[in-house]
Amino acid sequence: MNTMQTVMEDIQKTWGDQVEVLEDKYFDMIKVPAPILPELFQKLNREHGFNYLANLTAVDYKDRFELVYHIYSMPDNRKLAVKADLDHDNPAAPSAITIWPTADWQERELFDLMGIRFEGHPNLKRILLPDEFEGHPLRKDF
Amino acid sequence: MLQTEQLTINIGPQHPSAHGGLHVEAVLDGEMVTDAIVHLGYVHRSVEKIAENRTYAQYVPYTARLDYLATHLSVMGYVQAVEKLADIEVPERAEYIRVIMGELSRIASHQLCIGSMAIDIGATTGLLYCMRDRERIMDMFEMTSGQRLLSSYMCIGGIAEELPEEFFPAVHSFLQDLPSMIKEYEGLLFGNEILQARLKGIGKLSAQDALSYGVTGPNLRACGVNYDIRKIEPYGIYDRFDFKVPVGSNGDAWDRLMVRKEEIVQSGSIIQQALEQMPEGAVRSKVPRVLKPEKGREVYHRIEGAKGDLGYYIVSDGGEKPYRLHVRAPSFINLMVLPLISIGGLLQDIIVNIATLDPVLGEADR
Repeated sequence: MNTMQTVMEDIQKTWGDQVEVLEDKYFDMIKVPAPILPELFQKLNREHGFNYLANLTAVDYKDRFELVYHIYSMPDNRKLAVKADLDHDNPAAPSAITIWPTADWQERELFDLMGIRFEGHPNLKRILLPDEFEGHPLRKDF
Repeated sequence: MLQTEQLTINIGPQHPSAHGGLHVEAVLDGEMVTDAIVHLGYVHRSVEKIAENRTYAQYVPYTARLDYLATHLSVMGYVQAVEKLADIEVPERAEYIRVIMGELSRIASHQLCIGSMAIDIGATTGLLYCMRDRERIMDMFEMTSGQRLLSSYMCIGGIAEELPEEFFPAVHSFLQDLPSMIKEYEGLLFGNEILQARLKGIGKLSAQDALSYGVTGPNLRACGVNYDIRKIEPYGIYDRFDFKVPVGSNGDAWDRLMVRKEEIVQSGSIIQQALEQMPEGAVRSKVPRVLKPEKGREVYHRIEGAKGDLGYYIVSDGGEKPYRLHVRAPSFINLMVLPLISIGGLLQDIIVNIATLDPVLGEADR
């Protein structure tokens, strides 16, 4: 069984300075550049048993978007929060759908309400609002 | 081979078995489903945006309208998340009352799932029996808060008011009658050969698919995965109760229903234990009138809702309103597997699949 410490060490060894460890009262939390997300997720899923992407959401900080993934390992009962900053003018991130299919509708929801594009998503359409709706309501400037 | 035309049939959103605004576009080859496309959003009220314009306390009633069939659980997830965010202690007695109300909500939700499944496939009496028994829970909710369905009885820091005296005989007699209710459902519904034929082997979901699609709650446990947040990551005082986590083995519609039936029994036992252990004392701690959690703090708190893993993500900017609030709604995620379990089956099985996945659209659409 991998302890959370070995997971964090492995991540830091692989990506070094690109990984920023954030302080949080309840979660082990890291922030990484968006392009390394697929490799990071692959590692977490295949090597460290993180089989459950519980929650995927984003926050609009006006100058940037912050993606937040809450990932759990069911077999070892561990949890990790992964964050990534996205450009505010053209927010895009790689899709996690091939690693966790549950990302499908969660990414569509973020596309719909927050206007974030997920590259590699096979069916990136609005999910809650009508297709002809203009704008993204969860943005702060809406 | 003779080429036949494909037929598209819209199930819902205006349909009794659409459970409040679900729209499924079923593509049929004869009676066989070749594709099922889920359209959501008919009950979208943008509750996440509303949260950014309400104070923490003002937002409580909105959460009651997410999973309106298990309203106390929806509210519980939110108030506990805020308590974590602002480091608020909850009195012992309030914790016990929360467990009692939460588990009563779970029983009510499961009873409605069983009952509505019954009427969806034509067994009207099944609905009536379940509704009759659920009504006793609704009466208890009315005693405590004056509201049957959307009671915002829990508040940040505890419970709005002490339980009224008449609540205790009502809950004791309900628990006493619970085994006979289950027996009645078994005799009337589950023992029925036609119902068994409609459910067994229908809408099979493998444990592997359930896990990768993030299915949680009774639907996941029906696939044989023992995952209940009350056990795995006990919140509140759930570590103090002795209860079993019912699991199925086939992941079909029948198992999904059986797991819920067993969970009603287990919830009854939790309520019994909570009533025995409950101490005297205050039900509400002192909470500032205007709550301002520290700037930059955030919390992701999840509970075992009636439909699955219910999570609240809240970010504070130090102001009196949440900067961002996101609800991880189990009904929304669970619905993702509806096409997967319906394709290759018959049109009539879609109805069974919707009913046994037990989505509530208030929560799925938010």
